[in-house]
Amino acid sequence: MSAKPKLAIYWASSCGGCEIAILAIHEKILDVAAAFDLVFWPCALDFKKADVEAMADGEIDVTLFNGAIRTDDNAEMAHLMRRKSKVLVAFGSCAMEGCAPGLANFADRAQMMRYIYHDAPTVDNPEGVDPQPQTLVPEGTLTLPGFWNTVKTLDQVVPVDYYLPGCPPEAKWVAAAVEAIVSGQLPPPGSVIGMDVTVCDECPRERSEKKISRFYRPQEIIPDPHKCLLDQGLLCMGIATRAGCGALCPSVNMGCRGCYGPNEGVDDGGARMISALASVLDAKTPEEIDTILDTLPDPAGYFYRFGLARSMLQRTALAQENGDRRAHPMAEVPHLDPKLKT
Amino acid sequence: MVDYKQLNPAWGDRAPVIIGFLCNWCSYRAADLAGTSRFGYPATLRDIRIMCTGRLDPAFVIKALREGADGVLVMGCHPGQCHYEEGNYKAMRRVALLQRTLAQLGVHPDRVQLAWASAAQGTIFTETVKEMTEKIALLGPMRWRDNLEEVAPPTQEGVAT
Repeated sequence: MSAKPKLAIYWASSCGGCEIAILAIHEKILDVAAAFDLVFWPCALDFKKADVEAMADGEIDVTLFNGAIRTDDNAEMAHLMRRKSKVLVAFGSCAMEGCAPGLANFADRAQMMRYIYHDAPTVDNPEGVDPQPQTLVPEGTLTLPGFWNTVKTLDQVVPVDYYLPGCPPEAKWVAAAVEAIVSGQLPPPGSVIGMDVTVCDECPRERSEKKISRFYRPQEIIPDPHKCLLDQGLLCMGIATRAGCGALCPSVNMGCRGCYGPNEGVDDGGARMISALASVLDAKTPEEIDTILDTLPDPAGYFYRFGLARSMLQRTALAQENGDRRAHPMAEVPHLDPKLKT
Repeated sequence: MVDYKQLNPAWGDRAPVIIGFLCNWCSYRAADLAGTSRFGYPATLRDIRIMCTGRLDPAFVIKALREGADGVLVMGCHPGQCHYEEGNYKAMRRVALLQRTLAQLGVHPDRVQLAWASAAQGTIFTETVKEMTEKIALLGPMRWRDNLEEVAPPTQEGVAT
């Protein structure tokens, strides 16, 4: 047996982009291979769940866990990796705050199943077949993992030691995390590995006194390449987003989408964004405010694009029918009219 | 004691809980005036004094709703009369954007309301609380945390073959 520390990498509900981010550290991956004994990495290596189960508790030194938790299988693996690992890192936006899978929290299980297997324009399902938790076949009963109403973050399911934000995390921070682990110079448990200021602090654009009189969608104007995008009415989440990416998107005329999550000390990224954005609207009457906000469709979708599952409310309301909260969301708001006029 | 069950059976024996964020200079004093004047109003409001509605972080409102409040009432000085000049305008814009955002999350805009009352307007304060209580009573309890409890997947009648 080698004396090298053992490293595992696992993915739950994720897109695979985090695995690519790990490989994007280029030749440093050789340092990783030299420094660690890679014991489990389903994306790249042929170890099985049974190999992990056979290990002693705490035998794995570090697990980088990417992906959100939305099925019984995800949760089972999260518990397994937690039990077998000394250090569990929530790697990337999905594990840290839900990310794109967390957008499913704008709907519920029944709605999703109805859309995905029946209503989506590309679906061809004339017999109306739904996936079943159990299916009888001649060889026995096949089962599917339970699918949750609510997508959760890793730390809503098991305790997490460190967080690495980003969708995906930038290679330099992956490398920083690896170096910290290799050298044993880890920050206090619970820390986010990265910066604590906002994207604005890294952004090269010129800022001026903000007064927004309307919002533009990216296709509606050609922005000045040097001025702050928000000053020009393009929604940019940089003001409420953790730095660390080097302001990649604003540097190429695209407003920050918030993939690094809220900056340090912020509990609810959406609330932070509402607070910051509303304060710079050029309006003093409810009518003026409505006129400006009508140019900002889908505020919740913007503000919680990456962080809905970690936000304070976590999801949309479920309807109450006969005391059961299973039915469709938007219980109290029958439609998504941005003007809220019923 | 009002029987809220009659307005919405979901209340059971419970009364609505409304968290009030009242500004120090106007609305909190209006509440004070309502008290010393012995104006009656529903005992649904739990008021919290803030220096200015401009201090209201939308996270306060969201946290109140998450922790079990059925509604949040924000009250400050009339527009143009803010002790800090601009604070209530910021609150006006923040609450408007917050209502739209919360609506997408299934929270009725009536659950978060903004109103103005000067230090001399005790009756406006009591009328606002009465009106909001009626609206919340009709909407029913919020019970946000129930949304987060995982409901087991519906069990199938038999298994598919």
